[in-house]
Amino acid sequence: MPLSLSYAQAAALALSESMDLDPRIIALGEDIGRGGVFAQYAGLQSKFGPARIIDTPISEATMIGAGVGMALAGMRPVVEMRVVDFAICAMDEIVNQAAKNRYMFGGQGRVSMLMRLPNGIWNGSAAQHAQSLESWFVHIPGLTVLAPSTASDNYHLFKAALASDDPVVYMEHKELWQQTGLVDIAETSLQVIGEAAVCRKGSDLTIVSWSATIPRLMSLVDELSLSGLSIELIDLRSLWPWDQTTVLESVEKTRRCLVVHEAVQVAGFGAEVAAFVAEHSGLPVARCGAPRIPVGYAPPLEAESVLSLERVRAKIDQLLA
Amino acid sequence: MESASRRGELIELYRMMLRIRAFEDAAEAASQGGVAAWGQKTSAAPARVRGPLHLSTGQEAVAAGVCANLRRTDLITSTHRGHGHTLAKGAHPYRMMAELFGRADGYNHGKGGSMHIADFSVGMLGANGVVAAGMPIAVGAAHAIKLQHGDDRIVACFFGDGAINRGPFLETFNWAKVYQLPVLFVCEDNAYAATTRSSSVTAGEGVCERARGIGIDVESIDGNDVEAVDDAAARLTESIRRGFGPLLLHARTYRFKGHVSVDPGTYREQDEVDQAMCHDPIILAMRKLSAQAVQQAVLDQIKQQADQEMADALARANEAAWPLASDAYLDVQTSGAGQWF
Repeated sequence: MPLSLSYAQAAALALSESMDLDPRIIALGEDIGRGGVFAQYAGLQSKFGPARIIDTPISEATMIGAGVGMALAGMRPVVEMRVVDFAICAMDEIVNQAAKNRYMFGGQGRVSMLMRLPNGIWNGSAAQHAQSLESWFVHIPGLTVLAPSTASDNYHLFKAALASDDPVVYMEHKELWQQTGLVDIAETSLQVIGEAAVCRKGSDLTIVSWSATIPRLMSLVDELSLSGLSIELIDLRSLWPWDQTTVLESVEKTRRCLVVHEAVQVAGFGAEVAAFVAEHSGLPVARCGAPRIPVGYAPPLEAESVLSLERVRAKIDQLLA
Repeated sequence: MESASRRGELIELYRMMLRIRAFEDAAEAASQGGVAAWGQKTSAAPARVRGPLHLSTGQEAVAAGVCANLRRTDLITSTHRGHGHTLAKGAHPYRMMAELFGRADGYNHGKGGSMHIADFSVGMLGANGVVAAGMPIAVGAAHAIKLQHGDDRIVACFFGDGAINRGPFLETFNWAKVYQLPVLFVCEDNAYAATTRSSSVTAGEGVCERARGIGIDVESIDGNDVEAVDDAAARLTESIRRGFGPLLLHARTYRFKGHVSVDPGTYREQDEVDQAMCHDPIILAMRKLSAQAVQQAVLDQIKQQADQEMADALARANEAAWPLASDAYLDVQTSGAGQWF
């Protein structure tokens, strides 16, 4: 019987169950003893104690760097960055230390570390708390990059990330924490990292997206289906590795592809997906993201950075014309 | 009896310093023409050791004296100037030299070179190309040891005087003290941050005062006196093993060479260099041993053995096989492993 859980509860449950089974798993971050800023650690410190659910100083570089050292010494740390925007304070540790350790030292060690970098627009929080930076991390060899869009994925992908050999950049979305969904906790086999989910089946056009954009696009696709338009919607879930097979097979069927994301469109991960699809299928491709402006505070300014479904519809019309 | 065993210890420290010196000298010779920096050009014929080579020549007493108080199961992190630490922690010079030469037999199979020299099997968790970047890794490893309970392993974290102006220095000292971690911070203070005199860019009284400000106790010693390093490290590691939390060893030393092997170091006054050369840690130890009636022939033999060992390592590394081009795709990651797109 699947449980109805919020996106935050699903991750907390995945972490709690994993910590029950594996004493090497610990979590560290600011304020997580009080449940974390999004309640994604609710109840965990009272269950596991302050030695395993570790409240840290505001020291992002050392949080990630210490995670590397812990992993090399046999632990499996979960490191909370609060929001992706603060992980910028730890870029040396993520990019030069965590990502490269295994390669640079010739495979002597493994950095099995789950780095939580909540991504995307956080309403009303302006330019330094509302970025979508997934493409930065996909660009770095050594990192796995995950972006769950549902409570179910935030349970199953979380467990898969905890079991991974790799440093994983785990990008929950800042506005999905309260979204609820059914989670099949009886399913104990690990979700495979790198498999996309086909959220809607269709034949006229393929839309590829991820994270908080998915629920918005599902509504749009359902609405358009009433007017007879059949759109296949793919949730990548994992951005590195990403499910090139599912996307290509879909595009071969629908003959058109649109990549949609919340991040700035210029050099966003959509550019990579679009280029790959164009090179491998020769079929028409378009992409739709945000303008290259910082996220503004006032509602009319912020709205310019929020993905516009009007623009998505215009791109769809263009591709179908 | 005590003095005999003391003399035996000093002989071993002397041997380790000579091995480090000989390794550095051999690597330096193999690196000429290997990197374009400080006005030098790369040679037409490719050098055997390519890229930046940061030599610890002159600083051997710190590595030897500290590591003499560590066990194989203890862990260390190092700086960009890490050959001495690696050798003193127990790594094999051939596999180190093979790594400097970029050969498949190297500890990292040629993927890291000098700046990433490491031997995890002896607890040496890596040199680092980024100043102060080993420090968070060290406190994380110490944090893991504390969480794992059950033994009295410790971590030694080597860093330079230049590192104390980077954020991770403050973050890790604070972190280690807050969680009372088993870590010995070792500041190798050679007075230069790359080619800039540290005192000219460092406010306040330096690393010792900064550590005290965080509540970490300090011993500041002549880092070229290997017995002083050994004695201090013995006291500090003993305290850390007993669970009393992090400590700092401040070792004042001097870099005989430039920042990298091709840096002639002309920004230093000749007087300063000449004086430092008179305070060579190896000569100081040799004088002490002579004063303790160790025969010159014995000392000469130790030097000869060290030179021969490193000459052999160099010759073997020179003959070792290169990695395959296809190895460039190995050990990137497990999910979505090394690929073009």
